[in-house]
Amino acid sequence: MSATILTFALSYAQFALALAACLAGTRIVKGPRAQDRVLALDTLYLTVMLLFLVTGMRLGSIFFFEAAMVIAVMGFVATVALAKFLFRGEVIE
Amino acid sequence: MNALDNIPLWIAILASFFVVLGATLTLIGALGFARLERFYDRIHAPTLGTSWGTGGIIIASAILASHFEGRFIFHELVIGFCVMVTIPVTLMLLGRAALHRDRAENSPILPPEMRDGPIDTTLEDPSEDTQEQEDPETSEIPVTTAQGTVSAEKSPDEEKKGE
Amino acid sequence: MSRLIPHPMLSVALVLFWMVLTSFSPGHLLLGSMIALVAGRAMAALHPERPRIRRWSVVPRLLWTLFMDVLRSNIAVTRLILTEGNGKRSSTFLVVPLTLRSQNALAVLSIIVTSTPGTAWIEYVSETGMLTVHIFDDKEAEHYRKVIKETYEPMLMEIFE
Repeated sequence: MSATILTFALSYAQFALALAACLAGTRIVKGPRAQDRVLALDTLYLTVMLLFLVTGMRLGSIFFFEAAMVIAVMGFVATVALAKFLFRGEVIE
Repeated sequence: MNALDNIPLWIAILASFFVVLGATLTLIGALGFARLERFYDRIHAPTLGTSWGTGGIIIASAILASHFEGRFIFHELVIGFCVMVTIPVTLMLLGRAALHRDRAENSPILPPEMRDGPIDTTLEDPSEDTQEQEDPETSEIPVTTAQGTVSAEKSPDEEKKGE
Repeated sequence: MSRLIPHPMLSVALVLFWMVLTSFSPGHLLLGSMIALVAGRAMAALHPERPRIRRWSVVPRLLWTLFMDVLRSNIAVTRLILTEGNGKRSSTFLVVPLTLRSQNALAVLSIIVTSTPGTAWIEYVSETGMLTVHIFDDKEAEHYRKVIKETYEPMLMEIFE
């Protein structure tokens, strides 16, 4: 019984997060401006990280948590670099 | 999957509730992000995912993990801490970058009094770091002409401070 | 002592993080401590303003207020996004003059403002202390001005200044 509830909830969460990642992806394609795309990339990183967490819960595997943490840090660095790029037009000053 | 079988019902229901809450909020945030029309509106949408979206999923994960293994829960706390500390930095940088770009091209998105605001003074992080203003007396620095229009809106407060 | 460990709180936190992420063993404790010490030195090279928390008693109150605010504005923003169709909502920029000057307090305030859905930190001018916040729903603008100016700022001033 409890496994059924959990499996249902986790499947729903996986579906919802995948849909959210797709929505963020459409914003990357649609733009219209560079800052929209960067914000969309940030949202995509976050959703995929949450998707990894949910998948890790479902499979009971610790490796997904490590991956989620790496994604969180990578997303942060990527977004900061891109935002810096929006200021100046060059990443390395 | 088979590991999920021997969980007490109330733990399963609690964890399911938080997972569904977190995923739904993240989805609504992404939906708003795709639907809203202006950038400054869109910047609000992901914060749904970063506050209770992430929070819900992390709480659920912690509930499940603490049932399996007592001390595992800290992993989730570390992830939550990372998200809580890094998201403001990225959103602030993006907001400032967008403002900078909109000012540079005098975009009609901005209200008129913000268009000719300070362009150079706020960009440099080092310049903020070097000014270690501890005393509140420095707040009475006369407003520069570049910001005259911005602060004009706040003139009652300025007068109060000047008195 | 302060030469060797310039940021004791940071170093201790890093060691704790390290021990949490790896399973506990003396080798990891040694490695984590070394990394924490190096990170403390690296942090000192950046010359940040040293955080001094004067009154810990206010911290739980701040956290609780933040928790309730985030909960409240989550509901508000969710409702607004879902009912976007009737087009009555308009967003606005809000300019708040701050008297808060401590960099650490401002950093905490930025986390608070950003993590509350419905408000976004856009710009802070350190010469004038003017903070520009973008508000998702302009009916809420007066509420957020009050919250920032009358709730969070006094609390942060009590904690940091």
